[in-house]
Amino acid sequence: MKYGILIVSHSADIAKGVKALISQAAPDLSITIAGGTDENGIGSSLEKIQQAVDDNTGDEILAFYDLGSSKMNLEMLMEMTDRTIHKYDVALVEGAYIAATLAEVDSPLATIEDNLKSLKIK
Amino acid sequence: MKLELVDAKKWINLFVEKLEKNQTDLNELDTAIGDGDHGTNMKRGAEAITAAFEKKDPENLSDLYKATAFAMIQKVGGASGPLYGTAFLDMSKAVKTDNLELGDLLQIGTDGLKRRGESDTGMKTMIDVWQPVSDALKVNKFDQKVIDNALENVKNLVATKGRASYLEEKSKGHIDPGAQSSAYLFESLIEIMGA
Repeated sequence: MKYGILIVSHSADIAKGVKALISQAAPDLSITIAGGTDENGIGSSLEKIQQAVDDNTGDEILAFYDLGSSKMNLEMLMEMTDRTIHKYDVALVEGAYIAATLAEVDSPLATIEDNLKSLKIK
Repeated sequence: MKLELVDAKKWINLFVEKLEKNQTDLNELDTAIGDGDHGTNMKRGAEAITAAFEKKDPENLSDLYKATAFAMIQKVGGASGPLYGTAFLDMSKAVKTDNLELGDLLQIGTDGLKRRGESDTGMKTMIDVWQPVSDALKVNKFDQKVIDNALENVKNLVATKGRASYLEEKSKGHIDPGAQSSAYLFESLIEIMGA
C-alpha cells in the first residue's frame, strides 16, 4: 500500500489500543506502533520508534503521537531516517482513525491532510 | 577556551556523579511542577553513560559527546532524553573535524535544545540555563554566579513550555527540574575548568 500508519504513545497500552481500533477501519494497511519506554514504562523510546518504522511496509508513513517526548523522539528519528514520514500534530485517536480510513481506500495525501486539518490540537 | 578530551571526560563523569547524588532533589523539584520522575530518569541516563564509557572508552571528543547523547536518548525516557540527546549529538557533530571554543560549542547545544523543544529563553526551561552559560563563556565571564543567577531567574518565570505550562501562574516560585539538572552539568564544568 502507498501509506502505512505509525502510532507513537507514552503508553504501550494506548498504542496497542489505537492500533486495534484503527485496524478495524483499515485491515489492509501496515500499522506499526511504538508505545512506552524500552522497559515498557511510561515514556517514549527512540529504539521502539526506529523498529516500528523499519517494520512498516507502507511506501510512506503517516505518523501520529500523543505527548511531548513522543513528538521529540519521533522528530529525532525523522532527522536520522531515509524513509518518508509525515507527522501530524493532531488528536491521536481521531487523527489516526481518519487517516487509516482514507488511506485504506487509496485516498490521495491531499485529501487525507485536508480531513486532518480540523483535528490539529498541538 | 577549548575543552580537550581528558577534561571533557572528567566533565561528563562529574555530571554523572551529580545526577546520581541528586536524584531525590531532582524528583522533588519535578513533583512540584511535573510528574516527579526527572531525577529517576536522569539517573538512568547517568548509569547508561557510565556503561557506554566502560564498554568503549571514547577516543575523541566527537565520540564522547555522541556516546553521552545516545545514552540519554535511549535510557532517559522522558522529554529530557531527546533534549539532552539532541544537544550533545549536535555538539558531537560540531567537533568532528575541529574542536570549538566552549562558548560556541555550548551555543550549538543550546540551539539544538531550541530546535527540539520548539522553545526559546524565558519559557522556564533548561534553555534558561544553557543560553546564559553559553553567553558568559563567549566573553570569558563564566562562573558560579552565572548559574546561580540563571536559576534565580528560572524560579521567577511562569512556564510557557512543557508540562509545567499547564500550571500557569502556579509554576512561579519553583525551579524547573531540567534547569536544575543543567545547572549540575555546568557546575561540573566549573569544577574541571578550575582544576
